[in-house]
Amino acid sequence: MNLRKYLKVYKKFLHTSLASEFEYKTNILVDLITAILSLIGSIFLLSIFFQNNGYIGGWKFEQALIIQGIYTILNGITNTWFNPNLTEIVKHIREGTLDFVLLKPIDSQFFISLKKINPSGFLEIMLGFFLLLFCIRINQINLSLSFLILSLITISCSICILYSLWFFISTTTIWFVKTWNAIEVLRSFLYIGRFPLNSFSFSLRVFFSIFIPIAFITTIPSEVFLGLSQLWKILLEVIVASVFLITSRKFWLFALKFYSSASS
Amino acid sequence: MLEYRVEIALWAISGIIPFFMLNIWTNNNLNESINISDILLSRYFLCAFFVRQFSVVWVVFSFEEDSLMGKVSPYLIQPLNPFFRYFAQHLAEQITRFPFALIIAFFFFIFNPESIWIPKLGILILSIVSTFLSFLIQFLIQSIVACLCFWTEKASSIERLLFIPTLFLSGLLAPVVSFPSYVKSWIYLTPFPYLIDFPANLLSGNETNIRGGLSMQILWIFLLFPLFKKIWSEGTKKYTAMGS
Repeated sequence: MNLRKYLKVYKKFLHTSLASEFEYKTNILVDLITAILSLIGSIFLLSIFFQNNGYIGGWKFEQALIIQGIYTILNGITNTWFNPNLTEIVKHIREGTLDFVLLKPIDSQFFISLKKINPSGFLEIMLGFFLLLFCIRINQINLSLSFLILSLITISCSICILYSLWFFISTTTIWFVKTWNAIEVLRSFLYIGRFPLNSFSFSLRVFFSIFIPIAFITTIPSEVFLGLSQLWKILLEVIVASVFLITSRKFWLFALKFYSSASS
Repeated sequence: MLEYRVEIALWAISGIIPFFMLNIWTNNNLNESINISDILLSRYFLCAFFVRQFSVVWVVFSFEEDSLMGKVSPYLIQPLNPFFRYFAQHLAEQITRFPFALIIAFFFFIFNPESIWIPKLGILILSIVSTFLSFLIQFLIQSIVACLCFWTEKASSIERLLFIPTLFLSGLLAPVVSFPSYVKSWIYLTPFPYLIDFPANLLSGNETNIRGGLSMQILWIFLLFPLFKKIWSEGTKKYTAMGS
C-alpha cells in the first residue's frame, strides 16, 4: 500500500481544515467552555447518585470517575473527527457531491472519514486524560508496562467500535437520504456509556452488550484500569472491534453499489 | 411534516435518556434516600420524557442556516416577524410527534404496569399549560441566541453551551429534589427547573408548588420577551444582506 501517499494527503487535510476552523476563533473558545461545563455537569450528576450510596453497580465513586474520564476522551475523539466528517456524508449525498469524492484517485472511505477536523475536541481529549491521571492517583493504580499496553489496546478497540457505529449509520444515508435523527438516536444511546454497565437492569445490560456494544466501549477499558478485567473480556473486545471495522467497510462498499448520483 | 414520519419517530426515540436514568435510579435503590417511591419516580421520568418531547426547540439551527444562506433577507421584507414562521413549524412538529410519544408511553406501561395513573382533568390542563410555557421560555431564549447570528454568524455553538446547564439542571436526568442543598438554594431562581422538573412534577402528581411554579414561568417570559424585542431590533439594524 502506498502509505506514504495517504500520510501526505492527510497532512494536507489537516492543514486546510485547521485553517478554515481557525477562521471562527470565538467559536472554538465557546466550544472549549462547553466541554469544561459538560464534564462538570456529568461529575455533578454522578455525585448525586453517590450522595447517599457508597456503591453503584459495584463501583465506588472514585472508580466511576475512570469511566467518566474514558467517556470524555472518546467524546472528544468523536467531536474532533467523527462528528464533523460523518455528518458531511448526508450533505454529499443530498447535494450529489459524493460523485466528486468517488472520482478521486484515493480511497473514498479514507477521504470521507478524515477530511475535516474540529480542533475544539482536543481540549476534551486533554480533559479526559487529566481526569484519568487524577483517577490513577486516587485509586492508587500501579503503572506497569502490561497495564499501559492493555489499556492502550482496549481504548483503541473502543475507538474502532465507536467509529464503526458512526460510519455504519452515516452509510445508511445512501438509502434514506436523511439520517440526521438516526445519529441523534446513536448519541442518546452512547450517553449511557457514562455509567458503569452493572448499574443498569439485566435486560438493558444484555441490549447494550449484544445489539449496540456500548458496554465494551467504556466499561472494559475502565476495568483494565482497575485491574479487574479478565483476559477473555479483552480478547472479546478485540474480536468485536475487528468484526465491526470489517463489517462497516464491507457495508460501505455494498452501499456504494446502490448509489446513483443525483438526476440519474 | 407527515412526509418525514421515520425521522420524527427516530427523534422521539432519541429522547429516551430519561428512561435510562430511571433504570439507574430504581436498579440501585437510589430513590430511597430522597423519599420518592419507585412508582412516583417512574411516573416522574415518563412525564419528563413527555415534557421534553413537547418543549424541544431548535430555532437557532434553522435560523443560522437561513441566515448563512441569505434566506433571511426576503423574510425581513415581509410584514410578519420571521420568528412566527419558526414558531409555527415547531408547533406543527409537536403535533406530529404526539402519536409517537404515545406509542413509547404505551410500551413503558407494558413494562411498568404498576405505574399507570390517570391525572385529574384540572391537573392535566395545568400541566399542558405549564409545558407550553416551558416551550415558550426555551423558544425565547433560543430566539435571543439566534439573533446573535447577526453579529457572529455561528450562534449554534452558544446554544450548545447553554444546552449544558439545561441538560443537567432542568431535571431531565435527575429530579431537582435530589440535588444537594448547596445547589437547591439558588436553582429555583433560575429558569432551569421550570423547564422540565416543574411540569413533570405537576403531571406525575409529585409534590410541587403549583402557583409558585406557574408564576415563575410567566415572570421569566415577561423578562425574556422585551429582551428578545430589543436584540431583534438592534440586530435587524445591524443586518446587511449578502453582497451589499
